[in-house]
Amino acid sequence: MKRGYDVVVVGGGPAGLAAGVKARMLGLSVLLLEDSDTLGGIPLQCIHPGFGLHCYGEDLTGPEFSHRLIGSAEEVGVNHILNAYVSGMAAFPDNRRITLRVISPDGAFKLHASTVIYAAGAREKHIFEAGIVGDRVSGLYTAGEAQALMDLYGVMPGREIVVVGSGDVGLIMARRFALEGAHVKGVVELLPYPGGLTRNIVQCLEDYGIPLLLSHKVAEVKGERRVEKAIIVKVDERLRIIPGTEREVKCDTVILAVGLVPYIKPLRDLGVEVDPSTGGPMVNGFLETSIPGIFTCGNALAINDLADYAVEQGGQAALGAYNFIKNRGIPEAWKSVGKGRNVKLAIPHYISRGRDAIIYVRVKKPERNVKLHIPEIDWEMKLPSVKPAEMIRVRLDAEDLLKIIDGLTIEVIPDTCRR
Amino acid sequence: MAVKAFTCTVCPIGCEITVIVEEGKIVDVKGFGCTRGKDYAVREVLDPRRILVTVIRCRNGRLPTVSVKTDKPIPKGKTWEIMRILSGIMVEAPISMGQVIVRDVADSGADIVATRPNPKSDENSDQPHPIRIRSFRR
Repeated sequence: MKRGYDVVVVGGGPAGLAAGVKARMLGLSVLLLEDSDTLGGIPLQCIHPGFGLHCYGEDLTGPEFSHRLIGSAEEVGVNHILNAYVSGMAAFPDNRRITLRVISPDGAFKLHASTVIYAAGAREKHIFEAGIVGDRVSGLYTAGEAQALMDLYGVMPGREIVVVGSGDVGLIMARRFALEGAHVKGVVELLPYPGGLTRNIVQCLEDYGIPLLLSHKVAEVKGERRVEKAIIVKVDERLRIIPGTEREVKCDTVILAVGLVPYIKPLRDLGVEVDPSTGGPMVNGFLETSIPGIFTCGNALAINDLADYAVEQGGQAALGAYNFIKNRGIPEAWKSVGKGRNVKLAIPHYISRGRDAIIYVRVKKPERNVKLHIPEIDWEMKLPSVKPAEMIRVRLDAEDLLKIIDGLTIEVIPDTCRR
Repeated sequence: MAVKAFTCTVCPIGCEITVIVEEGKIVDVKGFGCTRGKDYAVREVLDPRRILVTVIRCRNGRLPTVSVKTDKPIPKGKTWEIMRILSGIMVEAPISMGQVIVRDVADSGADIVATRPNPKSDENSDQPHPIRIRSFRR
């Protein structure tokens, strides 16, 4: 077995597959490691449509989207090992070499790589992070667990269901439960506005008559052996529980759809710089982390709204790996990307003056009639409506970026010239 | 007279559109920001359609289910009828992606197609084997 590669890709979901395919197309030797027993990643269990509009110009379901990518990997010949878990990494920047410790059912072994593209995705936030107290009994699932149970293994997780969290994941799962005959008692959202797309509010909740409880919180779960009820309370504008608003909702299942966190433990252990606003690594325009030769993409980089963005980032990371190997490092003068008014996060954290850049931005709060503004290069884009649920993706031309001196700031400001 | 209110889903702005219906006919549409939004609201009143996705049971496959979709949007009113039909179906692996499972389901004009392949279960897959770098090229 060969032990040294130009690129080792960690993770066989959309980002990792796209990175592997692009790296192969650029002529690099690639080995992809996937810790489950199949390539394709999480979209395999996301049976709803809405995938592929950016990448393929078609509306595909999750499994179809994953299988397109697997098909591309097959076409260009991306070598891979299944059931292979990366237990640790060591970086030797002076030798431009990274070592990975891998555990597989066939034994533990070491691999060497010039570059690593880390695309291990995200983990779901759990009940402790949602601040729900009470009994820890059967019937508590994260949305992803429930989705795998239903849509891979054909098992219904419960009959009377309360969903916590109104992001797209929570809304889509609420519809799935209702469609399969469960009674969805409500989707409970802490904030005063829903976390998901308007389309999903309409097509997932309104179509099935599922109540949306904004400014509410599941405070406690009660039950003996199985969930029996959820205690739901109202919260005020500062998200504090309003006393006296408690009510009991009978249910046998509580689903947590309270968000994802980039899963980057092996990178943290290596000491990469982490952006607290994304929970993922700080990266430059090639999606290279603070450790030379280690790139990241997809939900390990930051939680993306669309799997299509993960694919786009996979390609960019592979291009980075190619440049790293060709030039023995990436010697660019990186300029920092700062966050201004109503900007929660912006990726990448550094960009180069001489290259086109794609920047992903998420706002802090919903607003109307605003514009995305970059004062340093006098660039703006009008936006009729912005929401935290919808990532904004902008492409900046190298020509515009030549005007940067020290860095740039991205801000969302009221569009005063409008109407 | 009936007043139906919608949140438009055509674009992220999400206009609140109201459609006024009298004796089954649309007499007025208000609140839309563009003609696409107006068309959306009219369609939602006269003939709302959705792509329906679910899973059906599958025997002898690597997974016990196959994910499926309607190959075109179906009238919203046929949702439960189609779900009832699909709940009674059991297919046999192998299933290939895009395979038609039910033709013209519930006279909707849409076929039910598989969105995930399900190969036959591989009974030897738990056997120990040397470290296997899989290549698609055989």
